[in-house]
Amino acid sequence: MPTFVYMTRCDGCGHCVDICPSDIMHIDPTLRRAYNIEPNMCWECYSCVKACPMNAIDVRGYADFAPLGHSVRVQRDEEKGVIAWRIKSRNGETDLNLLAPITTKPWGTAIPQLKNEAEPTQEVRDSQLLFNEPKYIRMDDGDIHTLESAGLRMKSGVYY
Amino acid sequence: MAYKTIVEDNIDILVAGAGLGGTGAAFEARYWGKDKKIVIAEKANIDRSGAVAQGLYAINCYMGTRFGENNPEDHVRYARIDLMGMVREDLLFDMARHVDSTVHQFEEWGLPIMRDPKTGAYQREGRWQIMIHGESYKPIVAEAAKKSADKVFNRICVTHLLMDDAKENRVAGAVGFNVRTGNYHVFKAKAVIVGAGGASNIFRPRSVGEGAGRVWYAPWSSGSAYGLLIQAGAKMTQMENRIVLARFKDGYGPVGAYFLHLKTYTQNAYGEEYESKWFPELQKMVGKEYLDPEASHLTHRPIPTCLRNHALINEVNAGRGPIHMVTMEAFQDPHLEEIGWHNFLGMTVGQAVLWAATDVNPKYENPELTTSEPYVMGSHATGSGAWCSGPEDVSPPEYFWGYNRMTTVEGLFGAGDAVGGTPHAFSSGSFTEGRLAAKAACKYIDDGKAEGIRVSQEQLDRRKAEIYKPMEHYKVFRNEIVAGDVNPNYINPRQGLDRLQKLMDEYGGGATVNYMTNDKLLHIGLKKLKTLEEDLDKIGAKDIHELLRAWELKHRVLTSESVLQHTLFRKETRWPGYYYRGDAMKLDDKNWHVLTVSRRNPETGEYTMEKAPLYHLVSEQEEAA
Repeated sequence: MPTFVYMTRCDGCGHCVDICPSDIMHIDPTLRRAYNIEPNMCWECYSCVKACPMNAIDVRGYADFAPLGHSVRVQRDEEKGVIAWRIKSRNGETDLNLLAPITTKPWGTAIPQLKNEAEPTQEVRDSQLLFNEPKYIRMDDGDIHTLESAGLRMKSGVYY
Repeated sequence: MAYKTIVEDNIDILVAGAGLGGTGAAFEARYWGKDKKIVIAEKANIDRSGAVAQGLYAINCYMGTRFGENNPEDHVRYARIDLMGMVREDLLFDMARHVDSTVHQFEEWGLPIMRDPKTGAYQREGRWQIMIHGESYKPIVAEAAKKSADKVFNRICVTHLLMDDAKENRVAGAVGFNVRTGNYHVFKAKAVIVGAGGASNIFRPRSVGEGAGRVWYAPWSSGSAYGLLIQAGAKMTQMENRIVLARFKDGYGPVGAYFLHLKTYTQNAYGEEYESKWFPELQKMVGKEYLDPEASHLTHRPIPTCLRNHALINEVNAGRGPIHMVTMEAFQDPHLEEIGWHNFLGMTVGQAVLWAATDVNPKYENPELTTSEPYVMGSHATGSGAWCSGPEDVSPPEYFWGYNRMTTVEGLFGAGDAVGGTPHAFSSGSFTEGRLAAKAACKYIDDGKAEGIRVSQEQLDRRKAEIYKPMEHYKVFRNEIVAGDVNPNYINPRQGLDRLQKLMDEYGGGATVNYMTNDKLLHIGLKKLKTLEEDLDKIGAKDIHELLRAWELKHRVLTSESVLQHTLFRKETRWPGYYYRGDAMKLDDKNWHVLTVSRRNPETGEYTMEKAPLYHLVSEQEEAA
């Protein structure tokens, strides 16, 4: 749903401008605060809401089909590795608190630097294998599938 | 022009667009090209860009050979029947045999994948889907890409590929502009992997006003995967194969977990099952090979998604809408209820907002479903995209020209939405395709295929002038009027987009005409599209943001033209429920059991269409029978 920015909370830091995938969070040149310049190109992806350190950005459902008076708020914490949501319906009957993990590892630590991996041999280069294969395909000694290993062939025509 | 020209030279591999396909390409390229210069150009911010920006609650493509679940050929058969036979089985088999290694790495990097507490295997949603807590899916894979790349250029809208001036039909890099500074960016590269997105917003959306942003596929998916490749003269395939989604009404929230995991089901407004009654007539249209409910029941062969759409559309047209998703049973279980909500929060927050706004409590009422406007893309359950080479150990001669995932332009590779004929790749498959393209691109360079590339100053100047023309044009004519957006000399990008959506909808088989078109309508549509193209020469952009929208529109228009040309060429109704050719309402295997391939001549804009043979994976038993 289109985002909007609370005047008293925004300090114009620009995190939302930096993250918005649709390039629609801009800084108002007079007020020095962010706002949504093009609500009909907003996917309500919440990227800006999650990125805002001031909790200044919220969402008001699209005017063409969503009545006023609802709330879906979020807190995302990379250090704790969790995201917390609160959904409140217009009539107040639905009031849900939902928590989900966003990662199982300390942020950014578990990704290999491929530059430091051993140089692949010419044989591997000429094969069909990708990095970490064949091991990572099945996490055992099984090899990559080929037409031959699967007893298959490619046949031109209408019926299989 | 005050904007600077910034040249990034001596790039080995340029990744244009870093969603799941592009991040996979950048990551893997480092392994095969330790000393290569790998550069990413991304329209937004790589941490939250592409279709997975807001996350995913499932990985829809995972074989599970490790747990004894499926083999690659099973996935090929599944995607084949779902797309009514029209897939590149070599590419699908190749993606499927590697995809598990991608997913296992994701888990190692910290992506929370749910496990079945009893078996210890990944928690299945359906046969192919596994459930994840994927709010940070994109930031996690972005970390991997950033670690591998030498440089990441965020906020660069890539408008054109550069072509080699020394050798015909060879790529030489790309150009674009910085969406913040406005600077002109030149990337000179030996190989380019296009990981840009498919096309939302080319058909008029059902929503009006603000809600036009709540499209099923991301509004920033501007068809650049196709716009870039078509402009470079690459051959395209299956561009007629647009997809229509049956989803929760207005919010377009996902239904996969609801159907498969929560075991919800659909019924018409009067509480009746409706699908099966449309099948006998439908079977006459498509033939028993494609729709055989009894066989499907016995063998668990899925009924193609388009055919299920067909039943929904017809039931609504018969006056028994709306169609409801029956959630009231499943949501009595608090655990399933929580999953139902998490499913939205993890990938379509807007649906949760909508239900909160309209007081929908799925425990006490069954929410409405609808069919969406059409989308053109190549990674979800449809396979539009470039005609690419397959791997040498699988592909027949017609499908193979040297390097895996290379388009018909030398040194130009694709991944994700850019590759045609590979539906059901989804996020994990797109990342895998990026990896495959990266290995092949490294080999292409190592084989010396990218030697002697020359880019003339003339080409760079010509593209620069072209890129900024909308702003120049605006400046010249803006003060002819007092104020406002009505000007006899230009249209702005929004006005152009509105015109595109209206004509695609009415002539190309959009939602308001119940997905119906025919040869006459398509000819009119193409004619109107040509005049829109002429007007795009006079598009006005008042600032850099509008310049971005202007170029997105140009890519969408190129995509749309290709869609209409392909739709006109395939004289049959192959996918009832996605679109109908009123002048050829039957599936016609005798003439159209083929893949459609097109090329737009970059000099003249003329289209040539051809048929390419379909190859099927056949097992030894089938062969004997």
